[in-house]
Amino acid sequence: MDYTFRFRDVLREQDLLLEGALVTLQLSGVSIVFGLLIGVLGAAMKTGHYAPLRRIAGVYVEIIRNTPLLVQLFVVFFGLPSIGIKLGPMQAAMITLSINLGAYTTEIIRAGVEAIPRSQIEAGMSLGLSGGEVFRYVILFPALKKIYPALASQFILLLIATSIVSQIAAEELFHIGAYIDSRTFRSFEVYTVITAMYLVMALFFRGAFAAIYHFVFVRR
Amino acid sequence: MRELTTSDMFWLLFAARWTIALTVVSILGGSLLGAIIMVLRVIPFPPAKAVAILYINLIQGTPALGQLFIVFFGFGVFGYDVSPWFAATLAFSLYSAAFLGEIWRGGVHAVPHAQWEASASLGLSTLQQLRYVIIPQAFRLSIPPTIGFWVHLVKNTSLASVIGFIELTRAGQIINAATFRPMTVYLTVAAAYFVICFVLTQLSARLEGSLRVAR
Repeated sequence: MDYTFRFRDVLREQDLLLEGALVTLQLSGVSIVFGLLIGVLGAAMKTGHYAPLRRIAGVYVEIIRNTPLLVQLFVVFFGLPSIGIKLGPMQAAMITLSINLGAYTTEIIRAGVEAIPRSQIEAGMSLGLSGGEVFRYVILFPALKKIYPALASQFILLLIATSIVSQIAAEELFHIGAYIDSRTFRSFEVYTVITAMYLVMALFFRGAFAAIYHFVFVRR
Repeated sequence: MRELTTSDMFWLLFAARWTIALTVVSILGGSLLGAIIMVLRVIPFPPAKAVAILYINLIQGTPALGQLFIVFFGFGVFGYDVSPWFAATLAFSLYSAAFLGEIWRGGVHAVPHAQWEASASLGLSTLQQLRYVIIPQAFRLSIPPTIGFWVHLVKNTSLASVIGFIELTRAGQIINAATFRPMTVYLTVAAAYFVICFVLTQLSARLEGSLRVAR
């Protein structure tokens, strides 16, 4: 093997790399906030009493969960302009990631809500708790505790999946990698460094989510 | 630029065979390696467990796109030129192994611990306990999540388009470049994935129901 590894060419671009990582984190943050909102709405529709809304939420979840994120991105970024909706790469990325995450969080939140036995709500009411107190202490808190681990791992999957939006030229970490690759021709080194950066971010957030779980749900 | 013809659409939909081929070969490769990961993960030997956990974290903590590029360009480092097909099947096999290993470990752990003790008291070695007592029981429990992962893999094979492997998504890009009908083309591509994945999702849900009844 007469290949000389030249990681220095890649690491020289540390400012660009950090900037890309920051964009990846922002993109993930925004998508998580909107994905959660969509998920709460979707779960409310799916567990509600109104059949058409249940049907709509169900179709949404099935369509999103049975098609690739990459193709969803192509439909939004390349397809929508042909019906007059033009979006920049970053807007398209945020919208698609939020809609994508929303389908998964809908299912997670729905499962959490359905896991609270009705008798527990009745027990809370018979203890003289008000409607608000029952919602807070009997429904919300135990449901959150149950779905927290699933939500946390879904968020980390999203953080990693943001790399896919590089394919519509949204300038996050992976796209920065492709740019450095095009200037240095150090493909192997570039993608090793980029991939390692995702690993660091994923492990950091996994640790952070576990710490939050411990503080919020275990210590009290 | 030219018109989008029926034969274009047939060619596009027919590219699904490469998506399926890539998925099937990766499942086969991933299952072999995943079985090893699962065994390393459950035998009472800490270094083996550490290796398996490291592998799982490395794969599950990094983007599949990055893994694909590292495998694709990695062979170049050693002076070998590999085809996109080879790089994609290898990368997705390595990827699947981590997920399948972890799913199957979950199945093994769901088998009551007394089953290990009972089989140990019959004089079976650790691997014999796994082979004859634990895995047959864990197998049923693992079927629905395993099929769930297949769905995930079918969708992820779309990433192979990025290294130039012609499957559904890449075929869509090629047709779109010639005809510039992005909405029609990509919705068709999405529909093709949907059909493949939905069949698997329904199968998984049905098995989950029937296996629960059988227990």
